[in-house]
Amino acid sequence: MTSTYERNVVLSSKTFDVVGTRPVRHDGHEKVTGAAKYGADLYPTGVLFGKVLRSPHAHAKIKSIDTSAAEKHPGVLAVVTAKDFPIKGGDQVIKVGEGTANIKYLQDAVMATDKALFKGHPIAGVAAVNVHVAEEALALIKVDYEVLPSVLTAVDAMKPGAPIIHPQLRTDALGDTKKDNPTNIDGHVLHKMGDADAGFKRADVVVEREFNTATVHQGYIEPHNTTVNWGRDGRVYVWQSTQGPFDIRDATAKILGLSDSMVKLTPLEIGGGFGGKFSPYGTPVAALLSKKTGRPVKIIMTRQEDLEATGPTPGSYIKVKIGATKEGKITAATAYMAYESGAYPESFVGLGAMAIFAPYDIANVTIEGFGAICNKPSTAAYRAPGATNAEFASETVIDEIARKLKVDPIDFRLLNAAKEGTRRADGPVYPKIGCVEVLEAMKNHPHYKAPLKGKNIGRGVAVGWWINAGLQSACTITVNPDGTCGLVEGSPDIGGSRTAISMQAAEALGIPVEDIRPQVVSTDEVGFTAGTGGSRVTFATGWAAYEAAQDVKRQMITRAATIWDVPAESLKMEKGVVMSKMDSELKMTFKHLAGELNGTGGPIVGRGTVDPKGVGPAFAGDIVDVEVDPETGKTTIKRFTVVQDVGKAIHPSYVEGQLQGGSVQGIGWALNEEYFMTPEGRMANSTLLDYRMPTALDLPLIDTVLVEVANPGHPFGVRGVGEVNIVPPPAAIANAISQAVGVRMEVLPMKPGAVMEAIWKSGKNGNGAKLASAAKAATATNGKKTTKK
Amino acid sequence: MPTKTYVQTTINGEQVEFLCEPRQSLLECLRDILHLTGTKEGCNDGNCGACTVNMDGRIVCSCLVLGVEANGKEIGTIEGVATPKGLHPLQLAFLEGAALQCGICTPGFIVASKALLEQNPRPTEQEIRFWLANNLCRCTGYDKIVRAVMDAANRMEAAKR
Amino acid sequence: MKWIDYASPHTVKEAVTLLAEKGDAARAMAGGTDLIVEMRVGRRTPALVVDIKGIPELNEITYTTEDGLTLGAAVPCYKIYNNKAVIKNYPGLVDAASIIGGTQIQGRASIGGNLCNAAPSGDAIPALIALGAKAKIAGVNGTRIVNVEDFCLAPRQTVVKPGELLVSLSIPAPKANTGARYIRFIPRNEMDIAVVGVGVSVELNGSTFKSARVSLASVAPKPLFVKEAGDALAGKPISEASIEKAAELAAAAAKPISDMRGTAEYRKHLCAVLTRRALNAAIERTRGGTVNAH
Repeated sequence: MTSTYERNVVLSSKTFDVVGTRPVRHDGHEKVTGAAKYGADLYPTGVLFGKVLRSPHAHAKIKSIDTSAAEKHPGVLAVVTAKDFPIKGGDQVIKVGEGTANIKYLQDAVMATDKALFKGHPIAGVAAVNVHVAEEALALIKVDYEVLPSVLTAVDAMKPGAPIIHPQLRTDALGDTKKDNPTNIDGHVLHKMGDADAGFKRADVVVEREFNTATVHQGYIEPHNTTVNWGRDGRVYVWQSTQGPFDIRDATAKILGLSDSMVKLTPLEIGGGFGGKFSPYGTPVAALLSKKTGRPVKIIMTRQEDLEATGPTPGSYIKVKIGATKEGKITAATAYMAYESGAYPESFVGLGAMAIFAPYDIANVTIEGFGAICNKPSTAAYRAPGATNAEFASETVIDEIARKLKVDPIDFRLLNAAKEGTRRADGPVYPKIGCVEVLEAMKNHPHYKAPLKGKNIGRGVAVGWWINAGLQSACTITVNPDGTCGLVEGSPDIGGSRTAISMQAAEALGIPVEDIRPQVVSTDEVGFTAGTGGSRVTFATGWAAYEAAQDVKRQMITRAATIWDVPAESLKMEKGVVMSKMDSELKMTFKHLAGELNGTGGPIVGRGTVDPKGVGPAFAGDIVDVEVDPETGKTTIKRFTVVQDVGKAIHPSYVEGQLQGGSVQGIGWALNEEYFMTPEGRMANSTLLDYRMPTALDLPLIDTVLVEVANPGHPFGVRGVGEVNIVPPPAAIANAISQAVGVRMEVLPMKPGAVMEAIWKSGKNGNGAKLASAAKAATATNGKKTTKK
Repeated sequence: MPTKTYVQTTINGEQVEFLCEPRQSLLECLRDILHLTGTKEGCNDGNCGACTVNMDGRIVCSCLVLGVEANGKEIGTIEGVATPKGLHPLQLAFLEGAALQCGICTPGFIVASKALLEQNPRPTEQEIRFWLANNLCRCTGYDKIVRAVMDAANRMEAAKR
Repeated sequence: MKWIDYASPHTVKEAVTLLAEKGDAARAMAGGTDLIVEMRVGRRTPALVVDIKGIPELNEITYTTEDGLTLGAAVPCYKIYNNKAVIKNYPGLVDAASIIGGTQIQGRASIGGNLCNAAPSGDAIPALIALGAKAKIAGVNGTRIVNVEDFCLAPRQTVVKPGELLVSLSIPAPKANTGARYIRFIPRNEMDIAVVGVGVSVELNGSTFKSARVSLASVAPKPLFVKEAGDALAGKPISEASIEKAAELAAAAAKPISDMRGTAEYRKHLCAVLTRRALNAAIERTRGGTVNAH
C-alpha cells in the first residue's frame, strides 16, 4: 500500500548523540546466522534427556505412583517423584526473587504431592538417553488416580458448593483475618472513591455491560527449557532461557532446600517470554534427576506441554457501569471483576483493578475484584497482566457512551483524561504523564482523518495504561586499554535491551555505542538484578549502566588529574574528552586515557546499582479500521496505528518493535486466541494449529507514533514501553466492529462464530435471522450436538 | 537393540554422514546429532516454521521430515546462508531494519525468505505475507520482517545492475 | 514416538508386498505432514513406514486431452500448483493445493496423502469430488478404480485395505464451458483446518446450468458429495434463485458437529454461504473471468 504519510513517527522531546539513534544491535550478527545459543542449544558432555509425566485429570487425588517398570526400562537412568523433594509440606512464605511465595505452592506446582490440580500437572520425571526412550518410560509409570469434580472458571469457583481446591486456603480479603471458611477465593480488592450511586443519579447516560474473556497464552515461539548439572562440588548449575535468572535461582534453591547461592543460573538467549518465563517449572525436576544420575539433564517442553502446563493469563468475568452527562463528563464508574488464578494463587486482579479506569479522571469510582482458584494451570503474567481484560471492558463501554452522546470518541476521552495530579481509585496521584498527548496525537494522525470507504467497514479507538516497574538492577563497566568498555549486566535480552543499555552508557561516557561490549551474565557474576519484565529493563538496568558510566567518568577524571597533577575539580569530561575547565589546551580523549590506565594506577572499573522510584506509567492508544464479513463474522484488520508515550525512545527501532509486537498480540487476543476447555477440564486446542496466533498473512503493516513526554524520574526520560501496547487492541477492535456491523461484542475472542452469533442476535443482518433459524431447525433434525475433544 | 540407519547427505554444500533412528526427525538430527542448533523447534508439528530448512530447493518444516529421508538430499540451513565473503542481504536487512527481537524465529524466516527471493526477486507485500504464513513470530508483529524482505529484494536487485 | 522401521521401495510391486506383509502394522507415507504428527501423538502407530516417494508412478503428473490429468499420489502440492497444465485446466485443484497448510507444508504434502488421511476437513477432497476424480488403488492382486466420493468411509478410514496402495488420481479433461472452485472458511487467512470447505464444478450452456457437482468438507464424518445440490441446478437458469436453492440443499445435507472449530449451526450457515460463493466463482471462471486461488 503506497502511503503519503510517514508510517513510523518519533515525536521527539530532546536529542542526544547516541540515545535516539538506531545502531545494529550487539547480538545481532549471532542471531541472524543461527550462532546465538538459546536454552535448548546446549549439549553438555553426557547430557541426558528428561521428560515429565503429567496428570490427565483436571482434579484428582494421587493414591499411588509405581515407577518400578520405568526405572528398569533400557536407556532410563533415573526417575523422580514428589517424594524425592527435600522439603515436605510446610505452608511457609519465603522470599523468592523480587517477591514472595508460599513454598508449599511453589513445590507442589513443580511436582504434585497428594493431588493433581490441573490437566498437565507434573507427577513424575524421568531421565533417559534420548527423548523417545524417556517418552517410552513415561508410559510405564502407573498412577492410581481418584478423579474429583473440577471447576474451570472464576465465577463457578466462587459459587457456594464449588469443589474446594486448596482446603487450607483462606481469602486474603481487605485485612479481614477472622474468616475461616474454606474457599477458592485467593484475592479480594476493593477501591472506593467518592459516591458512585450519587454520580450515576446525575448522569444523563448510563451504560452497563458484562464481559467474558477466555484464557490466552503468551505464545512465545521457544518452549520452556532447562539444563541442570548437580555438580560434584554440591552446587547446582543451571542453564536455561528465562526472564528472571535470580527468580528461578532462588525458587529452585528454596525447593531443593539449598541457600540461594548454591544454585548458579546462567541465562542463555531467550526466545520470547512476555511474562511467562519467571517460574521454575522443570528446573528442580532436572536438578533432582541430575543428582540421581550424576550427569547433566536437559528438559525441554513440547508445545502441548507449554500450552497445557505453564502459565497462561487469566480468563475473566467483568461487569462495568459508567455514567456521563450530556456534556460528556463522566460522573461515575463501577466495576466488578472475577479473574482466574488457575491452580495456585495470583490472578492479577489487583493490577486489573488499577488499570480499569486508569486513563480517566473520575470522582466517583467503585472497583471490586476477586481472584479465584480453578482447575487450570496456574496463571502467569502476560504483558501488562490483568490490564487487557479490564480495559476491553471499560474502553468498549466508554465508546458506547460517546456514541450515545454523539461525541467523538477521542474528544470524549480527552474531556475526561487523566493528567498530572489526577488521583486513581486505588490511591496514587499521577506525576507527569502522557495520556492527553497520546490522545491528541491519535486525533491528529492521518489515519483518524482518512475517509472510510466501503460496506461493513468500521473504525475504532481505545487507550490503555500500564504501571511499569522499577526494581533493582546492577551493572559494572570495565575500561579496556583500547578505549572500549566491557559492560556486564544481568537482564536477559528479550528484544534488543543490551544495546539500549549500552547506548545509555555510551551517551554518558561520550563514546560510540560500538565501543561498548555488553554481556548478560550469570547470577554469580552480577549484583542482584530483578527480572526482565514489567517494562523495566531499559529503564532500570539502563539506569544502572548510566550510574556505572558516571562512576567510570569520575574515576577517569581523577586519573587524568593524577596524570596532569591538577585538582580533579578543575577537570570535566564531555563527549568522550577529558579536559581542563580553565585551560582549553589540556585535554585527552577517553581512548587515549584508557591506554594510559595500566601504567598510572591500574584498570578502572565502574559500578552502578539502582532501585529507582521515579518510574513513569505509560499510555498507549490504537486507531484500527476493520472490515467484517457479515455472512461469516470474520474480521479483517485493514489498517492499524498505535500511538504510545515512550518517555524517551533510546533505540527507536526497537521501541517501534515493542509497539508493533504488543499490538499484534492484542490483535490475536481480540480475534482468535482462546483456551477451548472440555467439560473435563482439558484444553482441546493445545497445538499451534488450533491455538490461533496471527500469521503474517492476517495483518497489515502496523504504523507507530512514539510520543516523547519525558519521564522526570529517569536520566534520559525513559518510560517502560514493552507492555502497555497489548492493552488497547481488543477494545479498539471491538469498537471498530460495532461501527462496521452494528453489534457490541462482550466476549473475547471475537472469533468469527462469536461475531456471527452477535449479528444473528441483533437481527441487524436481514438474512441472518432467517439463516440462523433455518440452521437451528436443520441441526435439530440431525440429532444431538456433540462436543469432540 | 534395534539398529540405527546410516544417512549420507549434503548440508550447506558439505558432505555429511550420521547414524539415526528412523523415528528421529531431520530437525532432531540437525540439532541433537550434528549440533547445528541454528534451526529451532517451536511446535514439532509444522505450525510455526521455526524449523524451516531448504531441501532440494524447497522450504520444508524439518520437524516433519524424517532424518532418514535426508539421504541423498541437499539441505540448506541458516548456518549456510552467510558465506565467508559476508552476510546475505537478507541478514543485513534484518539487522539494519531491526526485524528481530528475541531472534528465535529469525533463522526460519531468513531461510524461508531466501527461498522466496530466489524464486520471485520482486515480491509484493502480499506475496511476502502469503509465502511466510507458515512462519510465526510473536515478538515483531511481522511489520519489520516484511519490510526487511522488501529491503533485501531491493538490495539484491541493485547488486545485479 | 514409538520405534518405527523405515523402508523406501522403488516399485509399486515392492511397496504393496511390504504393505501386505505387515498389514495393519505398516503405513504408506508420502509428504509425512499428517502421518508424522499422528505418530508423534500416538494416533497412528505403524511399526513400518513405507516411504512411497521413490516410486515413479506415484510422482507422475501428466496431462493429455484424451485422458485428462494423472496425478501420482505422492506429488507434493507445490508441484501441482506450479504445473502449467494444471493451472490452465484445473484451477479448482490449484485452489485446494495452494491453501493446504503453508509454503513449507506444501513443499511436502500431497493431495494423495490428503485423501488417504481421510480427515473430514481434507481440503483436497471436495475439490477432487467436484472434478469427478477417480482413485487408482494397487494391491498384490492388481489394481482397482474407486470414485473419490466413495473413497473415504469415516474419519481416518478409507477403502484402501491393508496391503493396498493409492497409486494415482485421474481427473477427466475439462469439457468446454466448465469451471470449478474450491473455497473454505477459516478464522485466520492460512494455516487453519477448514471449518467448512466447499468444492464445486459447473457446466454451463449459455444462460443455464447443464450440470453441476457440489461437495462439502468438515460437515460430516467424511467429505460429502451432495448430488441433489448439483442435480437441482441442471437445466436451471443461472440466477440468484437457483444458486440459492443449491446452497440450501448443500446446507441441508450437512451434518456437522459442534467442536472447538465451530458450532453446528454456524457450520450449516457457512455451507450455504460458501456454496453460493463457490458457484458464483465457478461460473465466473467458466465465462473466462479470473478468480485467484487465494
